[in-house]
Amino acid sequence: MSNSYQKEQVVHIVNSVLEKVRSSSEISKEAIYQELEELKRIIDDARSGIGSAQAGDITGKHIPTATDELDAVVEATAEATGSIMDACEAIEGHVSSLDAEQQGKVMDEITKIYEACTFQDITGQRITKVVRALRDIESKVSHLLTVLGEKLPGLGEDSGEGATLAAGQQGTQQGSVEPQGDEALLNGPQMADEAISQDDIDKLLASFD
Amino acid sequence: MSVDKNMNVLIVDDYSTMLRIIKNLLKQLGFNNVDEATDGSMALEKVQNKSYGLIISDWNMEPMTGLELLKQVRGADADYKDTPFIMVTAESKTENVVAAKQAGVNNYVVKPFNAETLKTKMVAVLGEF
Repeated sequence: MSNSYQKEQVVHIVNSVLEKVRSSSEISKEAIYQELEELKRIIDDARSGIGSAQAGDITGKHIPTATDELDAVVEATAEATGSIMDACEAIEGHVSSLDAEQQGKVMDEITKIYEACTFQDITGQRITKVVRALRDIESKVSHLLTVLGEKLPGLGEDSGEGATLAAGQQGTQQGSVEPQGDEALLNGPQMADEAISQDDIDKLLASFD
Repeated sequence: MSVDKNMNVLIVDDYSTMLRIIKNLLKQLGFNNVDEATDGSMALEKVQNKSYGLIISDWNMEPMTGLELLKQVRGADADYKDTPFIMVTAESKTENVVAAKQAGVNNYVVKPFNAETLKTKMVAVLGEF
């Protein structure tokens, strides 16, 4: 049963119960009991669904694993870039034995390698943005689980190892706060459709003169 | 007036790879007196203790950003308020460029950049070399 269908059912049943209570002439103890029974069944289904989804694993396992993996990517690319640059610097140390023309050619190629190595900074910043987004999701899921745990005691108790809400409740925060002022300008690398080019930046700066 | 390639240059970036790249590019351009800092506060300490002819800084660093460093450097009482300052950053939105300009940046290079762009901006700030 889909969530939207369940939601519509709950709204329908609650409205129906309220309507019957309002017009006391139509009130039937049995009808209200049946509707409340149906409501209870839907809530039980929802609790069971949340429990079996092992939502606690999102904050307890999946997101920490993902962020660790991404951190490892940054570390590995930094290490590899370092090795590439070590090699470039070693080559630079030998160019003095070449004639001027060859020196120029080799240095041009080394410069291209240095330029290409800037990828590590950009990918590092992009990955940091993803890690930050994941931590934000982790915090929101954790908060949601705390609220659900308070409203529906016992939720998740039968959902197996690592699925307890307690796992999701670790490090609970009330959600992230939107940055203000200069902090709002810290966005890291933009996607191509959001960024302006170096030419645009040059024109913009020139417009101040 | 010719540019003194023996001037002290301060480069600021929290990525060691980027510091190394810029340092090597500067070396190729003939600038060998290059100091490094990994955030704005470390850079500020350095400019308070040594005279620099150029500061090349990233923006997104902790605890002190490049923008904050720029504001501190441009502070009315600062001895180094006229030091040329180039922002080299991945922050490439119009509002970033405007904020940097209003804070007193001399030029702005968006990452990833090439050696030619860096040289062009240095020439624009320092003069032909």
